[in-house]
Amino acid sequence: MKKLLLGAAALTLTAGLGWAESHSVTRMGTEGAYPPYNFINDAGEVDGFERELGDELCKRAELNCEWVTNEWDSIIPNLVSANYDTIIAGMSITEERDEVIDFTQAYFPPDPSAYVAVSSDVDVMGGVVAAQTGTIQASHVASSGATLVEFATPDETIAAVKNGEADAVLADKAFLDPIVAESGGALSFVGDDVMLGSGIGVGLRESDTELKGKLDAAITSMKEDGTLNAMIAKWFDGMDAGY
Amino acid sequence: MFAHCTDPSTLSGLSWLACYLTNGKHLAFYASFGTVMLLLLVTAPAALGFGFVGATAARSRIPPLRWFGQIYTAMVRGVPEIIFFLFVPIAMDQGFEWLRHQVKCPDWTEPVRQGNDFLVCAAAKLPLSNSPQWVHEAYNFGLAVLAFAIVYGAFAANVLSGAMKAVPKAQLETAHAYGMSDRQTFWRVTVPQMWIYALPGLSNLWMILIKATPLLFLLGVEDIVYWARELGGSKTSIYAYPHPDWRLYYFLGLLVFYLLLTRVSEVVLARLTRRLSHGQATMAGEAQRKAAV
Amino acid sequence: MSCAQTIQEYALRAIGIGERLLPRSDITVCDQFVLIGSGMIWNLYFGLCALALGFFLAVGLAVARNAANPLLRKPAEWFIFLFRGSPLFIQFFLAYEAFVLLPRAGIPLNLGFTEITVATSWLTKAWAGALIVLLLNTAAYSAEIFFGALRAVPKGDIEAAEAYGMSPATTFRRVIWPTMLRLAWPAYTNEAIFLFHATTLVYFSGFPAWRQEGDALYYANYFADKTFNPFVAYPIVAGYFVLLTLTLIGLFSLINRRLNRHLPKESRRRVRYRPQLIR
Repeated sequence: MKKLLLGAAALTLTAGLGWAESHSVTRMGTEGAYPPYNFINDAGEVDGFERELGDELCKRAELNCEWVTNEWDSIIPNLVSANYDTIIAGMSITEERDEVIDFTQAYFPPDPSAYVAVSSDVDVMGGVVAAQTGTIQASHVASSGATLVEFATPDETIAAVKNGEADAVLADKAFLDPIVAESGGALSFVGDDVMLGSGIGVGLRESDTELKGKLDAAITSMKEDGTLNAMIAKWFDGMDAGY
Repeated sequence: MFAHCTDPSTLSGLSWLACYLTNGKHLAFYASFGTVMLLLLVTAPAALGFGFVGATAARSRIPPLRWFGQIYTAMVRGVPEIIFFLFVPIAMDQGFEWLRHQVKCPDWTEPVRQGNDFLVCAAAKLPLSNSPQWVHEAYNFGLAVLAFAIVYGAFAANVLSGAMKAVPKAQLETAHAYGMSDRQTFWRVTVPQMWIYALPGLSNLWMILIKATPLLFLLGVEDIVYWARELGGSKTSIYAYPHPDWRLYYFLGLLVFYLLLTRVSEVVLARLTRRLSHGQATMAGEAQRKAAV
Repeated sequence: MSCAQTIQEYALRAIGIGERLLPRSDITVCDQFVLIGSGMIWNLYFGLCALALGFFLAVGLAVARNAANPLLRKPAEWFIFLFRGSPLFIQFFLAYEAFVLLPRAGIPLNLGFTEITVATSWLTKAWAGALIVLLLNTAAYSAEIFFGALRAVPKGDIEAAEAYGMSPATTFRRVIWPTMLRLAWPAYTNEAIFLFHATTLVYFSGFPAWRQEGDALYYANYFADKTFNPFVAYPIVAGYFVLLTLTLIGLFSLINRRLNRHLPKESRRRVRYRPQLIR
């Protein structure tokens, strides 16, 4: 009898060990197609604002991190089924997503979304507007009265506006800024900016409270010592995040 | 790659292109052609194995086994394979983890499905979440191979069960007359002879398999379609090599690759058919015999 | 929301009639059944149109491929090789990328006496662009089937027609054509089924979905994403496709019976569903 109990105790112990061990590597999931937030650089590595931020967060939280990329449209399901542990992919905190996954506090302030079009007389409320599938912008367009055209990647939404497939594209302004600046006048912002979501946070499984605590603390410390502000200014053309 | 590639913004013309085509991303793109070939080489025998088991099960005397075989062979007839590709890998991944969970963590009390989360104990995770990235990639690739093998195994089962039926009855009767058991007849007469009847179907299946490889992209494997889309999309100056939308050229490249692959396969398969027809009691074999006389 | 109400709002959603917003929360099995069923409208549209138009192109290609004149034969051979030798998935991608490059305003065509503008923008929409790809694709596969059947027409039949003094055109119409169709029909049935299966690729390749109007798999994927549960939506599409396949086999068997009605019962070729000469 005694032996049996001991066996069970040993088993719980190893199970506990396995749990701790499994968190020795934290897998960071991102999309890798949304510059300057995240993109695959020419060496084939994940690069961008969120790469630098994520590495710093991992250092502060004393986590051993590893980067993986995943298509946007299956990025939440793959987090939920534990193929990676965090989503750090420019994902805005929304109520809809919060029901399914958990978010840390925001590491990027609520950024306006903006419409970009080829000509300035586009009707963004009644025309054809492109957006990436499964983004807050796509849901906004679907309910705004405009005709929504969905694409799987952010890049394709821009291509659709350039070639006239869609009248305008709705996306995060910070993503659109460099594209408009480098288009040589071909693209311009139209209509009013829209505020969607409540900032960008790190997405986590709802059951992963320990990791959430660590990352929240790391974000707070980065906000307090001003490194987050500096990092945002560096990647987003001198933008003042005001943290 | 080359020494002068350190600052691409100073380059132009051909030297820019040479550096562009040899940067890290492009090397990954070239390597992904290897991934596709590897998938083909691993999946083809695996699918043949699944197909053989399926076809054999469909002729079994034991009803549940026979029903299983018949349902398996019939499944690709009614349902588009892309649905299987979207469904099978997730289902298998969760299935494997659940099984390991039952074995490794019997004293786990919390439910496996918590709302939207599918949670198994850490020891049952596949692959273990602290394993290096290449293990994760290999596991994903393995799931993709398994999904391909299951789906195209069902096609192969169709072909093979047709081939088994095509072996001349007289030969089987002769084998029985010699006193061979059913099992002996199957292994010594039916199986060695069915291949020539199966070959046209299997050749077709190989062609189908080649043309199904772009679906790897849907399974989250970084294959040639993934890289063509990633590399072809327009790039702003945040990248070292900015360029406009070049996806059309990349996809044209893929088209040429696939056309070459099918052409080479056609030639090889035609040769194989000629070799296998040698000495067979078929029209082609008879024609070869007459030509040799 | 009751199921009847869902049917009212979403049964024709795939073609833009009914409720504008897709269900977002509290998704019921009924929602999934209705909306995925609504998506089947597009699968049927692509399949039926490509099949109907592709049939004639395929017959033309098969005849051209059988021609002695290399000017006719070679282009047909190349066309068939191009579409049978590459994945449909890549063809969709490529076609979309090529269609968007056409000038948006249309191509001016000078006809000598007058100039007209050919509109091109509709080519980038799935209903036209993807249909063209599917149509050319199925024409190539069917042409290969018809070509095989053409070569299998018994020599004696043609000689007999000649002996009766039939002109080549009459021989084709009264002898070669019906025999070719009869011989090709079982394999053509397979091609038709696979064409319908291939329609599920449309919204997974280059062609974007407009106003969230897509085919059955588009909606199944939507639900699998929203509910994080692939075990309901995908089996529903699978079920719809099994029904569609059974209907197709039934219809094609009826036609097959009619094509073979002059033959004695035992020598009729049955439609055997065997994926042999397919994509």
